[in-house]
Amino acid sequence: MTLLDIKNLSVDFPSRDKIFKAVSNASLTVQAGEIHGLVGESGAGKSTIGAAIMGLIERPGYISGGEITFKEELTSGLDADAMRELRGKKISMIFQDPLTSLNPLLTVGDQLIETIQTHLGFNKKQALARAHELLVRVGIHDADARLDQYPHQFSGGMRQRVVIALALCSEPDVIVADEPTTALDVAVQAQILELIRDLTIERQVGVILITHDMGVIADTTDRVTVMYMGEVVETGTTEEIMGRPQHEYTKSLISAVPRPQIKLRRFSQVSYGGRDTRFAIEELVRNWPQSNNDPNKPLLSVSNITKKFPLARSIIPSRSTWLTAVDDVSFDIMPGEVFGVVGESGSGKSTVARMISGLYQLNGGQVTFDGNIVSDPSDKEAQARFRREIQMIFQDPYSSLNPRMRVADIIAEPIRHHKTMSGSDVKYRVHELLEQVGLGAAVEKKYPHEFSGGQRQRISIARALATQPRFLICDEPTSALDVSIQAQILNILKDLQEHLGLTMLFISHDLPVVRQMCDRVAVMQKGKVLELQDTESLFANPKTNYTRELLDLMPHLKGLSEEGLEVL
Amino acid sequence: MVLLIVGFVAFSMFNFVGDPIDNLLGQERTLEDVERLRAQLGLDKPFFVQYWAFISNAMEGNFGMSYRQGRPVAEIIAERAPATLELALVSAVFALVLGVMLGIFTAIKRDGFIANFIMTTSLVGVSLPTFLIGILLIYIFSVELGWLPSFGRGEVVDIGFWSTGFLTSSGRLSLILPAITLGLFQMTLIMRLVRSEMLEVLRQDYIRFARARGLSEKSINFRHALKNTLVPVITVTGLQLGSIIAFAIITETVFQWPGVGLLFINAVQFVDIPVMAAYLMLISVMFVTINLLVDILYVAIDPRLRS
Repeated sequence: MTLLDIKNLSVDFPSRDKIFKAVSNASLTVQAGEIHGLVGESGAGKSTIGAAIMGLIERPGYISGGEITFKEELTSGLDADAMRELRGKKISMIFQDPLTSLNPLLTVGDQLIETIQTHLGFNKKQALARAHELLVRVGIHDADARLDQYPHQFSGGMRQRVVIALALCSEPDVIVADEPTTALDVAVQAQILELIRDLTIERQVGVILITHDMGVIADTTDRVTVMYMGEVVETGTTEEIMGRPQHEYTKSLISAVPRPQIKLRRFSQVSYGGRDTRFAIEELVRNWPQSNNDPNKPLLSVSNITKKFPLARSIIPSRSTWLTAVDDVSFDIMPGEVFGVVGESGSGKSTVARMISGLYQLNGGQVTFDGNIVSDPSDKEAQARFRREIQMIFQDPYSSLNPRMRVADIIAEPIRHHKTMSGSDVKYRVHELLEQVGLGAAVEKKYPHEFSGGQRQRISIARALATQPRFLICDEPTSALDVSIQAQILNILKDLQEHLGLTMLFISHDLPVVRQMCDRVAVMQKGKVLELQDTESLFANPKTNYTRELLDLMPHLKGLSEEGLEVL
Repeated sequence: MVLLIVGFVAFSMFNFVGDPIDNLLGQERTLEDVERLRAQLGLDKPFFVQYWAFISNAMEGNFGMSYRQGRPVAEIIAERAPATLELALVSAVFALVLGVMLGIFTAIKRDGFIANFIMTTSLVGVSLPTFLIGILLIYIFSVELGWLPSFGRGEVVDIGFWSTGFLTSSGRLSLILPAITLGLFQMTLIMRLVRSEMLEVLRQDYIRFARARGLSEKSINFRHALKNTLVPVITVTGLQLGSIIAFAIITETVFQWPGVGLLFINAVQFVDIPVMAAYLMLISVMFVTINLLVDILYVAIDPRLRS
């Protein structure tokens, strides 16, 4: 049965001088008991379709054309009260971030009971019983105690379960899930997706799953609609679209997805729409100082480092409680190597990066770079020398660039800090770097907010290269980016490693990406390194159960088209 | 701790306001008289001894004798305090109730004509100094219209040690103008704060999710949004209520309100050190108490602070 039918939907956002068409002429249908994936990169208009279905388009946006039919009744153009009647009752929504989608000041039970009472007209006792039932159904077992708790007492995955329970309160026919697992760990993501799958079949609801993640689409959905710049480019069963994409955009998008099974030499770029920008590696090579690394000695070695964070301080030292974020970790990184660290959130992988770069002081152990101990805070000279040699690229290109500084100043800052060049040389160097990362010297006067995520990450790379370091620490450098942009940035990093001989510490939770990027990988769990192997042998023969579990949880991307890939 | 420091600062200041002896004794004084009085009042002792004597007496509720009136300071303050506290209470209620209500209103109807009008007029409240507002109100409502009294408390009724103006109609009428004068600034401040916080909260995901669940606007605005708005508002409001009592001085002067503020102004003129010291201590006790209440309220509202 067709639950939801969207025909030629257009959504416009008028601004002062022009109209931005967020969605134009989009059509799709959702059947009972099926998950319909809506995939596309940021700005493709997929969330706007979700909002349009809910009647929650933010002002000044409005539906400028087409219609939405729910169970053969027209819903677009209903007034606010009628729409509220529909919302929640017939159509529910699940949001991306379970951290922010629950009211922090009300107990979970209160929020559930309120929603149940609004829609089903139950009295308090019946509503409580129903709330309990729902929590149990979404996999929260000690529901009695949990009902009286506040959202902050739940973990991320548990919170998303609560959000799903809230969406189920009114027994809806259609659920719009907007990036429901993007903010979650791989293991939790798999559980939540399984829950959504089960509920879809059990309750015969129609689900629209909005995501940018091809892995989620391939493993979870029945049908897919691919969107690009507000338009539907292709729609069909998941098998068809993933295995035999017809449209050029779909093809290039699929080819940019990092594969878990095979290692590629380079990512193929998403060439559709001419968004590919050149990265001038040859020019960069010309001016780069020759490295005189001894290839047989580790460039960076970390021995027995430990970091503890205080949970509760007490005057009596023995009564303070500590969280050991990094526990006795050791590894060596050879020159020119890309060394991966993987693990779930809270495993201590980012802490390791910060300890190496000197952002955190060590509670034990030492870090050696090029034969010198660099983790001794009293040896200022060794630390200053070391800091010139290493640079970091952070995860979030939005918060890692100072929004009040111009691009030129952002890039020049590390050079000026280390006082290695005169003023005019700095200016020249900044221009050069901007040209090399493909942004062009003309952007130097702009501010970070004028750039897209991918361009910002290029600025971060230019900044990291400014002092001509020998070692780069990349902390989840692409996890905030779209898959096509991710392919570009990862290719740049591959170039840097290949042509400049840069050594890298690559931190990620994304195993397919790690497989493409790293020579050796350390798997971390609860602050300890569980195993350390060559990438290929790790993926082929994991030594520990934990690694095997992580590998099993990866999206399998079976039947994904392999057109246009450079397999190694 | 805070009280000790305030006491110390207040006390060290008194060395610079003038010599009380000059005021206490008339023109025809002898050097002997001066010395005798100085010894009697303990003013010949070193600073720290004086400070210590003051603190230890204050602990027992003994703030000494007023130089000017020759009566115990505690008694004078107890006599004047009801006037100030009643005024502060009324204007605090006025500021809070109206401020929060208007704040919510202007946030929900953020582009409406009335909301814009309120926002514009509220600028007046923020930018005009208190004494000017007081004088303007007196001019309009007392001089021109003759509706409300321009000074004093009107008739008061004594209930035990407390003298209240709430029970007589002239007492209630006299309260209106000073309460508005004192509360107007706080009211506009609270209103603007509530509005901006509320707008921020209404953009949050949990509000969008509440909408997506089909909850009523009433529940979203007043149950989900308001509570989240209050957390930051309480901090500022707490401090502001403290300053209502502290800055009642100006309003009391304008309206000749017989409260502790007016008492303090008079004490300054006559270098009545015990009165000034007691007043400052009293104000700091109030600030400390209000801050404590704010912290307790925080925990009551925000469950995240309870663990």
